[in-house]
Amino acid sequence: MSTFDPPVPRPMTLDVSGLPSVAFGHRNTTWLANVFYMAIEGMMFAMMFATYFYLRTRSTNWPPGHLPPALRYGIANAVVFLVSVIPARWVAKRAPSGDRGAIRKGLLILALFALIATAIRVFEFTTLNCRWTDDAYSSTIWVLIGMHSGHLITELIETLVLFVMSFTSKMEGTRLADAAINSDYWYFVVVTGLMIDVLIYGTTRFL
Amino acid sequence: MAVAEPIIPNDQDTGQSELAHRLARTWRQSGGFWGWFSNTHHTDIGIRFMVTAFIFFLLAGILAAMMRLQLIRPENSLMGPDLYNQIFTMHGSTMIFLFAVPMMFQGFGVYVVPLMCGARNIAFPRLNAFSYYLYVGGALVLWGGLLTNTGPDVGWFAYVPLSGPAYSPGHRADIWSQMITFTEVSALGVAICLATTILRHRAPGMTLNRMPILLWEKLVISMMVIFAMPAVMIASGLLLLDRLVGTHFFNPAEGGDVLLYQHLFWFFGHPEVYIIFLPGAAIISTLVECFSRRRIFGYTPIVVSVVATGFVGFSVWVHHMFATGLPQLSESFFTAASLMIVIPTGVQFFCWVATIWNGRLQLRLPMLWAFGFFFVFLIGGLSGVMLASVPLDLQVHDTYFVVAHFHYVLIGGALFPMFAGIYFWFPKMTGRIADETLGKWHFWLFFIGFNITFFTLHFLGLRGMPRRVYTYSPDMHWHRLNLLASSGVIFMTAGLLVFLANMLRSRKSGEIAGNNPWGDAGLEWSVSSPPPAYNFLHIPTVSGRDPLWEDPPDQPIVVGLRDDIRETLVTHSLDADPQYKEEDPGPSIWPFLAALTVSATFVGSIFTPWAVPIGAPPVIVTLLGWLWPRGHSPAPRLAGEL
Repeated sequence: MSTFDPPVPRPMTLDVSGLPSVAFGHRNTTWLANVFYMAIEGMMFAMMFATYFYLRTRSTNWPPGHLPPALRYGIANAVVFLVSVIPARWVAKRAPSGDRGAIRKGLLILALFALIATAIRVFEFTTLNCRWTDDAYSSTIWVLIGMHSGHLITELIETLVLFVMSFTSKMEGTRLADAAINSDYWYFVVVTGLMIDVLIYGTTRFL
Repeated sequence: MAVAEPIIPNDQDTGQSELAHRLARTWRQSGGFWGWFSNTHHTDIGIRFMVTAFIFFLLAGILAAMMRLQLIRPENSLMGPDLYNQIFTMHGSTMIFLFAVPMMFQGFGVYVVPLMCGARNIAFPRLNAFSYYLYVGGALVLWGGLLTNTGPDVGWFAYVPLSGPAYSPGHRADIWSQMITFTEVSALGVAICLATTILRHRAPGMTLNRMPILLWEKLVISMMVIFAMPAVMIASGLLLLDRLVGTHFFNPAEGGDVLLYQHLFWFFGHPEVYIIFLPGAAIISTLVECFSRRRIFGYTPIVVSVVATGFVGFSVWVHHMFATGLPQLSESFFTAASLMIVIPTGVQFFCWVATIWNGRLQLRLPMLWAFGFFFVFLIGGLSGVMLASVPLDLQVHDTYFVVAHFHYVLIGGALFPMFAGIYFWFPKMTGRIADETLGKWHFWLFFIGFNITFFTLHFLGLRGMPRRVYTYSPDMHWHRLNLLASSGVIFMTAGLLVFLANMLRSRKSGEIAGNNPWGDAGLEWSVSSPPPAYNFLHIPTVSGRDPLWEDPPDQPIVVGLRDDIRETLVTHSLDADPQYKEEDPGPSIWPFLAALTVSATFVGSIFTPWAVPIGAPPVIVTLLGWLWPRGHSPAPRLAGEL
């Protein structure tokens, strides 16, 4: 080896051992995945909204030969949705503290809201004043509200699973972050639910 | 972890050090029969995507050869219209949904992206594995249909009213619809995995403006998948509802509309073209830089072009519907948009040419295929500009001119870059270089055969031959051109046989590749070929766009990740600063079981809507099995960090 050969370099290091093993909010990767998921489902709803308005241009009367869906259960559910944002927000705020008892209570309340909304939804289907086989308008209404019910039930199950998990030692770092992300998904269910309410109960009457 | 251990750079990882042993043990995938179904490492799943997609490419190619055989002479009686309809539908559906996207987006993306990012695995590896099995499920449903004489026969875009309940009784169109659900859920799952990997698992220092162009393109494509594919799921979903439970979305008699289907389909369908082409462009950008031995010319314009393509790609869908009698204003708008999208693609072309022009070109085998891409895709692009004009489009609508155009674009934009990419990353996947002489035979046979077949189709189209006819009369004088077009198939088939022989031979006895046979700059070439289960002995850091060319020899490496659990590093999406450490969930059989239950539900819903409520409980159980946390005690983390 000649004396002019450079010394073998010793790589420098970037020590990450002090970094946390959990992150809340937008720093969490599952949060990002949830945003993408909501974008996908949001596009699904957007396509159905586009379908609704497209079909509306193909008909002289709207709703064509039906009474608009009755307001009672739609309004009840809108109120439930709006109030439910409070426990959802509370869970998201408390999750980083790791207070398992508080999270448990919050998840239970949120699950109850989801359960009530699902129950009201069952009645909502009976007062739409149409069946999906009647015509294209009816099909659109049923599919819109059916898609949303799918999300509602998914969210209900997810919240119940997290609630059950909160009784075990599994409810730690990453799962607490999941509980907070679950609230984001609930907001999505609320916002899309309210938009569908405006569409189904509003545009059939006032537009 | 052992503190006093000497630090070994990644490129000197021989797998012999104490750390390498511990990492190999921690990141090991389970073995055996069930272990195969539990594997969640991105290199394995990526290769599976590629191999499976290639098998379906060959099957769809056989269908294409059958069509060319049927059309070789007028009034040929090899097959009747019913079988011919199934075969052209299966050919198109397989090529687009079971080959082009799974190969170009999922296959290459899943394999290459985490390595290029400097990550130990893809984000959400179980979702990634689930997506693979779901894709296989969709493929089996479609081909199971053909083998039981229930192959879809309504064209690859299944227009209503033909595919509606009135004109397509039986389950052929249903099978097409559900195949869409399978494959789109799969692509959406992978899009989430890839976008998250690119945004959150890049090596420290790899800021957004230092990302390899391939990562930019995969990010844009993932976004396009996320925003485009829901439209086709709605289109095929509503079609299925019309057929299964009597809704009226596409039934004009009850206030529905058939053009609604075309809008929904093409709102997905045109971005889909870019979802297929941009991965090809990504491969070309990577190769041009590597084999020109210089930094890519015009990094920023290329990235801006790719992002622009992502946006403009969503505003051109109506050019597929010029023949449906749209208002003149919208025809003009969509003509302008369709012409405009040439600009970003042109910018990319000029940047590639400038890179080659100012570099020291090495015409190795992958680069030969890149030149094939330039030639073929350019011709397809030019006939595309012609078709963007409404009067010409109306003349040649539904003729072989259009068939020629989109085969030049898709084979040029996807297949040529695919072969370039396979020859380029084959050494990384197998540790051996593919034979160059056989590769050149493959190239020239395929290139000549392709042009014989498809250039001829332009003229057949201009002479008025419509697509999707199972035969034609001798009076039309189309037989000579058809004979010529069919003869190209012989060359293409020979080329593909040479390719298969090359792959099988080189995998066993090709030249040993080493870490970086092409002298490329990407991080994937800093690790051994094939990469170990942990990818990188140490997570690297980077200080430039071309890490292996530019970074100093003492470029820092990341230490401090645990090696007794599968710990990965999450970094900031913009500047790639380390943020936190996340645990990879590891191998699991549950994604496979979940894919089984979901597949059973999808298949059942072809026959009865009750399949959804009946299928839901098993789906929920398997998802719970997948997501329920297991393993080491979390107590220390809970106590120490919150």
